Amino acid sequence: MKNQRNGLVYSAPITLWLTLLFVAPTLIVIIYSFLKKGIYGGVEWIFSIDGYNFFKSSYFLKVVWNTVEISVVVTFLTVLIAIPVALYIATSKYKNFLLFLIIIPFWTNFLIRIYSWISLLGNNGLLNNLLIKFGLEPHQFIYNKFAVILVSIYAYLPYAILPLYSAIEKFDFAIIDAARDLGASKMKAYMKTFLPNIKPGIITATLFTFIPALGSYAIPKLVGGNDSQMLGNVIARELTITRDWPKAAAISTILTIITVIFIIVLSKYDKDHKGGKV
Amino acid sequence: MNKKKFSMNIFILTLVFLYLPLVVLIVQSFNSGKGVSWDGFSLKWYDELFNHSARLWTSFKYSILIAVTSSIISTAIGTLGAISLQWYSFKHKKYLQVISYLPLVLPDIIMGVSLLILFTSIKFKLGLFSIFLAHTTFNIPFVLFIVLSRLHDFDYSIVEAAYDLGATEKETLTKVVLPNLMPGIISGLLMSITLSLDDFVITFFVAGPGSSTLPLHIYSMIKFGVSPVINALSVILIAGTIALAMSTKKIQKYMVS
Repeated sequence: MKNQRNGLVYSAPITLWLTLLFVAPTLIVIIYSFLKKGIYGGVEWIFSIDGYNFFKSSYFLKVVWNTVEISVVVTFLTVLIAIPVALYIATSKYKNFLLFLIIIPFWTNFLIRIYSWISLLGNNGLLNNLLIKFGLEPHQFIYNKFAVILVSIYAYLPYAILPLYSAIEKFDFAIIDAARDLGASKMKAYMKTFLPNIKPGIITATLFTFIPALGSYAIPKLVGGNDSQMLGNVIARELTITRDWPKAAAISTILTIITVIFIIVLSKYDKDHKGGKV
Repeated sequence: MNKKKFSMNIFILTLVFLYLPLVVLIVQSFNSGKGVSWDGFSLKWYDELFNHSARLWTSFKYSILIAVTSSIISTAIGTLGAISLQWYSFKHKKYLQVISYLPLVLPDIIMGVSLLILFTSIKFKLGLFSIFLAHTTFNIPFVLFIVLSRLHDFDYSIVEAAYDLGATEKETLTKVVLPNLMPGIISGLLMSITLSLDDFVITFFVAGPGSSTLPLHIYSMIKFGVSPVINALSVILIAGTIALAMSTKKIQKYMVS
């Protein structure tokens, strides 16, 4: 009845498009990372692992450390804030309205959201003006790691709240009452019933926060300082200023590998958990 | 009720955290002074924005152009792809599932870098068209997954009924499947318009000289001397998104009912 050959017709455009503009460029990046740097940018078609030389540089290792440290701290704090927020929304009478309130700032342009923190905390920002007004010394609040973490949490918080909200909404709170009736303390009841049940939500929230944090470019560029340059900034510099393409390609490859490993580990964790429950 | 109070406090603090910077922007946009200290109410930054910011409006026009074209193409391609994944079996199904999932989870910068390297290595001119290609590429997987999630709940028996009543495959697609799938297709379309308008990182890499989109223009405004015009622009954009959100809710309700 249904012509199975049409599956090919329906799937052809998407397969072609993504092969040409996603798979092919990804492979080209991997190939470029093993080529020799051209004199005026670009590459020469000679095999070389110079692109991966950056592992010897202490500056680069520091950037890797910054990237991992900032991403982990941002993810941890974001999910930690998002759980009670999502819990409150999911148990409220005005769910849709509260959810809408959380999403509006998220719809504001990404760069405007970064800029709003510069105008609040910048050297000529509101906070410093207030400090001067009260006769206090102005302080440099941005261009450091603290600012990168703060603005990242601001940018990614809704990504964490939404999946947690949909996990919590499905949770049957009668289970907590049951645990309490069976003698569990309030804390214990939440730890033993609530947290395991919303685990898929926590995993998705972690994924949605950690991955964009790992690939940050604009936030460390605009509010970060020397102590908070991340892999994204190094890639962009190698690509557009130093013009060392094999190196940029090599760092992108490493970032891709880190992300894929992270996803595999998390999804395995998710599956193990599901397997254990059944 | 202790727990409830705790989560309520966190919720309120979070709202303050989310809105405080935006409120400061809104107030600042009506400040006649260039600095942060209040010099009196004025609309001069709005005048500056609407009457003396030609380059900004050009970039805005480009953003709209790219958002509209890339979202239409990606919605068409993504919807067909979702139908193929849900109802058909074909040789490269597993491959398609992997390559449409990966772009969703890889950091944006990776796509930006790899597209830049692709375009440059085949000497493809960077400009509006390369931005369009990039935006369509990152939009397709989003549309695919939105439409696919709607297809999971799709009542397949109406498709069978159409066949039983003698409809051809093409008639079934255009008269039964697509109209019933419309809410999902519209959400996919709106999602890709939003993503396209908001994208900075990927566009940053694949844009050429003279093809700035609005986010790129905002970036250069922030980077090279902040002008209070940004404040006024922010207010317009915030108001615009809220208005759009309200109206799309209406559109969606209309489409569903």
